[in-house]
Amino acid sequence: MPAIYKEPRNQALVVILLHASIFKPLRLHITGTEFFLWFSNSSYAFFFLWFSISSSRGFRFLSVVCSSSRSRHHQPFASLATSNVFNATKQRSFKPLISQSIVSSTSPVTRRTSVVAAATANSSSSASSTSFHGLCYVVGDNIDTDQIIPAEYLTLVPSKPEEYKKLGSYALIGLPASYETRFVEPEEFQSKYKIIIAGDNFGCGSSREHAPVALGAAGVTAVVAESYARIFFRNSVATGEVYPLESEARVCEECKTGDVVTIELEQSLLINHTSGKEYKLKPIGDAGPVIEAGGIFAYARKAGMIPA
Amino acid sequence: MATSYVLSSSSSLFLSQNDVGVSLFSSQPSRSIQIMQKKVSRKIESIMAPQRSARNPSMTGSVKTRMTMTEKIFSRASEKSQVNPGDNVWINVDVLMTHDACGPGCIGVFKKEFGDDAKVWDREKIVIIADHYIFTSDERANRNLNFVRDFCIEQGIKYFYDITDRSDFKANPDYKGVCHVALAQEGHCRPGEVMIGTDSHTCTAGAFGQFATGVGNTDAAFGFETGKVLLKVPPTLRFVLDGEMPDYLLAKDLILQIIGEISVSGATYKAMEFVGSTIESLTMEERMTLCNMVVEAGGKNSVIPADATTFKYLEDRTSVPYEPVYSDDQARFVAEYRIDASKLEPVVAKPHSPDNRALARECKDVKTDRVYIGSCTGGKTEDFLAAAKVFLASGEKVKVPTFLVPATQKVWMDLYTLPVPGSGGKTCSQIFEAAGCDTPTSPSCGACLGGPRDVYARLNEPQVCVSTTNRNFPGRMGHTEGQIYLASPYTAAASALTGFVTDPREFLR
Repeated sequence: MPAIYKEPRNQALVVILLHASIFKPLRLHITGTEFFLWFSNSSYAFFFLWFSISSSRGFRFLSVVCSSSRSRHHQPFASLATSNVFNATKQRSFKPLISQSIVSSTSPVTRRTSVVAAATANSSSSASSTSFHGLCYVVGDNIDTDQIIPAEYLTLVPSKPEEYKKLGSYALIGLPASYETRFVEPEEFQSKYKIIIAGDNFGCGSSREHAPVALGAAGVTAVVAESYARIFFRNSVATGEVYPLESEARVCEECKTGDVVTIELEQSLLINHTSGKEYKLKPIGDAGPVIEAGGIFAYARKAGMIPA
Repeated sequence: MATSYVLSSSSSLFLSQNDVGVSLFSSQPSRSIQIMQKKVSRKIESIMAPQRSARNPSMTGSVKTRMTMTEKIFSRASEKSQVNPGDNVWINVDVLMTHDACGPGCIGVFKKEFGDDAKVWDREKIVIIADHYIFTSDERANRNLNFVRDFCIEQGIKYFYDITDRSDFKANPDYKGVCHVALAQEGHCRPGEVMIGTDSHTCTAGAFGQFATGVGNTDAAFGFETGKVLLKVPPTLRFVLDGEMPDYLLAKDLILQIIGEISVSGATYKAMEFVGSTIESLTMEERMTLCNMVVEAGGKNSVIPADATTFKYLEDRTSVPYEPVYSDDQARFVAEYRIDASKLEPVVAKPHSPDNRALARECKDVKTDRVYIGSCTGGKTEDFLAAAKVFLASGEKVKVPTFLVPATQKVWMDLYTLPVPGSGGKTCSQIFEAAGCDTPTSPSCGACLGGPRDVYARLNEPQVCVSTTNRNFPGRMGHTEGQIYLASPYTAAASALTGFVTDPREFLR
């Protein structure tokens, strides 16, 4: 018998549901709420509450059983695999009592196993997210990689978690004194600015991947620039550290550091809440499939270039 | 296009007609033909209009669409008969290069994605070079090199140009120096091939008529395992340089001139092809200087057609067979620039951008605090020979600290052995010593990119530096407020002699 059925609470639930199936036939695709209402009439309500609160997996398990067309006692326990099918169809209205991060472990952002990255990126940097929100930091044209991360910090290796974190603390530290506001405060590892707004040719100069990595480690979710240098753009897409977007207008002259902005990906829009203006963004283009797949490795696996 | 098919079906005679509406059909007075005539005449106009799209009617047999050099290399490397600019293709890599700065990151990604037991796709096609942070006591830099060494031993990488004894570079027979110069000197650059490197100046190898470009750690890690990289075919910008090179001008002046012309993003996502009589007259090292800085214009890669000079250079350096490619006569270029080299003057790039071009003679009031001659751009043998020529012509001592950083061990040896033409048998090192320059230091990337604080000749104060390197963005050589003037070795040497940014014609005429 699969391990899931050995847990006492699951076995208790089985008993409950058996009762339910005998005395009150269950409807197909009943939502959790409806089930609860029905259940609340019985004294087994507390079992339900306790079960679902203690484990969201248990709750999905419940849902599976509810949706099975014939809840026969020797057969209704569909494998967890079908719970995905159920979840897929009910995703819009179904809200688990426990919110669980659904960022898959193969997404390029959580590929960097830094806790910091996962904590800040959980809702806004996964390939399937549709918007980015936060304070913006505005820079000008031709911000080269030496300004983004000076060469003296390249000895930090991004694949080591502590050094990845340290890279974040040095992001944009190379900007000249004309930039009065510092991007990352001294002693901090993350910036309070989540979105960078730039002019032309952002990321020009070196091929150092430390540049998008440092920005990502500092908590930047997306960059909106008038245009990019090609190696920086590639590296952003390949690593998945920052989402590189292009604007149609010269947004670096319209926005100020500290403005609250939102980027809506589906509508290709940059909304500046502080000034009340909206700006059109260019579609992501050829990089789209790679970003959506989750980086170059995931894309290649999908295309069959490398074994999964 | 559909229009042409309509025509060919109505009458092939019509195709040869230039006049619109000629009454060839007068014997057929039916209205439908007249209407056809009218329609056809409009269609003739559209055929006569210049064709802007890349789509040609499909051709049969061995007739293929004319391709540029870069496109041909892509088509061969992606095993497709034809590629067009804008296509995203997987291409086979012939040489994959990384160094001590990006190697650790690359290896980290490689192991993470493919497992600790993963093996590289071809041990002989990878070249790993120690060059960026070598002569420093920075612990992490030293650790990184050890990490890279362990990887090379584990994988059996054939070409690992390592250094173990930092106190004396000469005690390390494997140590070469700056990757792009070492790659050329060791014969890894061959016409018609594909070279990928984790360094933006990988484009230097384009001087050999190959496709060479820089990528990040992730792409390189992918290449480590598969031997392939996903790239978009770039359209080509053509630069035709004709005219005799004046004897006060070097390839560095040519490229600074071009970057100043098209700006730092003028060649983004494009290939830059250099042809013309001036190019043919350049030596390999000069061509490398030219191709080195195309990334400063945003260029993806640069190519110079391989010729006798290339083959001669490669003769004793490689025995691997290669097949050069050349652009077709009617290949399509995005733009063509024609430059008369004989009319050009020495130029510098003022702070803080490589496209901030100015004539050297117009900057003669700019006081300089130091001069740096080195890097893959301006630290090759011929660059030092050029500087020595200026010092020799002047006979004076330098007025500011002049730092000499040979790119590779071979260059260092040349400084101490090669006689400078016209000096009566003196070597570069003797001339430099007589001029009061610093002793040539251990070869590496040095202070071109700043690096750890203790790197030789690093700009640790907000000073003005005239340099033969490739970038002058804020903080490039160390201090954020440092002012860097990019110049040719002639201009750098002349500036050292006066203490101001100086046109080399002051000494070379």
